[in-house]
Amino acid sequence: MRDMTLDDLQGEIGVEHLLTYADGRRRRVFAVDLEVPFPEGRLIVSRTDPSGVITQANESFVAMSGYSIDELIGQPHYILRHPDMPAAAFKDLWDTVRRGEKWTGYVKNLRKDGAYYWVFASVVPNIRDGCIVGYTSVRRKPSRRKVAEAAALYPALK
Amino acid sequence: MPLTFTVSPDFNARYLPGWYVVNTWLQRHTGESIHLEGCDDFDSLHRAMRDDRIDLVYANSFDAARLVRDHGFIAVARPHGRPDEAVVAAATRSTLNSIDDLRPGTRVATTDNPDVHMMGMIMLEPADLDASNLVVEQRPSFVLVAKSLLNGESDVGFFLAETFDELSATVRHQLRVLVRSEIQVISHLVLAHPRIGDRVDAIRRSLLLMHSDERGRAALADVGVEHWEPVDHEDVEFMIDLMVALTG
Repeated sequence: MRDMTLDDLQGEIGVEHLLTYADGRRRRVFAVDLEVPFPEGRLIVSRTDPSGVITQANESFVAMSGYSIDELIGQPHYILRHPDMPAAAFKDLWDTVRRGEKWTGYVKNLRKDGAYYWVFASVVPNIRDGCIVGYTSVRRKPSRRKVAEAAALYPALK
Repeated sequence: MPLTFTVSPDFNARYLPGWYVVNTWLQRHTGESIHLEGCDDFDSLHRAMRDDRIDLVYANSFDAARLVRDHGFIAVARPHGRPDEAVVAAATRSTLNSIDDLRPGTRVATTDNPDVHMMGMIMLEPADLDASNLVVEQRPSFVLVAKSLLNGESDVGFFLAETFDELSATVRHQLRVLVRSEIQVISHLVLAHPRIGDRVDAIRRSLLLMHSDERGRAALADVGVEHWEPVDHEDVEFMIDLMVALTG
């Protein structure tokens, strides 16, 4: 997964962050203070392998992320991680789905161009013959009130 | 003992005779004796599912998930290019133009169609609306959902998109679409009970070739399907995972 560059920002001004993920990998990203609204009626759907590497993504995922499908497949799902999101949220996500349970939460995602979009995410383990063989994530348009609550809460969790 | 074939009652009523034609075609091409048993509503369908009276079924994704996970049904085929989508609509004479215009206390007309109801409720979430602050009233059919909007008895109604599109032009012109889903990956499925597992391959082969036969094509047109496409167990498991992610 490559670092973001200023060329990704499409002329916008971004704030630079160095993210360190749970697996120890690091990535330089730029966050632009520009929200892309989640389109009405759409669902973003993706699947990953058990380690969180994207194996499938629908058209809405591609459109909202700003990446091409080829840039997404094979990348860790945390390619969308926004620097404003607390690591604790993703630890809770992974702890929950690895127990075989469904996780839901409000997530601020980072686009390829540095802008962001909020989603209400549901992640479920894909259990086949009693084993977790991957995860399915579905993101939908969130309640604005819940987004405001999450945006107020997350800085305290960082 | 003939096989019992049931069709989910959420399709447009004009397709009902077409399902008898499809059933006749299927019997001729598989050599099986198949009895088409119509279900007037979802109560009847769900009773038939509980009583284990179904051998073959054209089910919506919500019921398909239950039949596969709870009863071991086998995926046979799905209609090509025909995903299940929902519409939330209001009367054009109302002041409602978008989901953001809706407020707690909004009166919702829905049906007992579980897929459409689920998709409709999801599309109201961005306005902070859910079962706790809506007045939800069930109507026996999508036509009566439309009537309830036109009579001013409800503020918004949930429709299966293809059924909404097939309402008469007069009715449609009096309704405004507030939002239409673009989920893309959920569709009806033909499923078979595991007790007829040894006959599934023959039934699947016939369905997949149905569009290459003139009478088969005509029968498909009568139920609004272009052709059947193969669906494997993992496709169905994926759809079930999606339903789990979206519900509960």
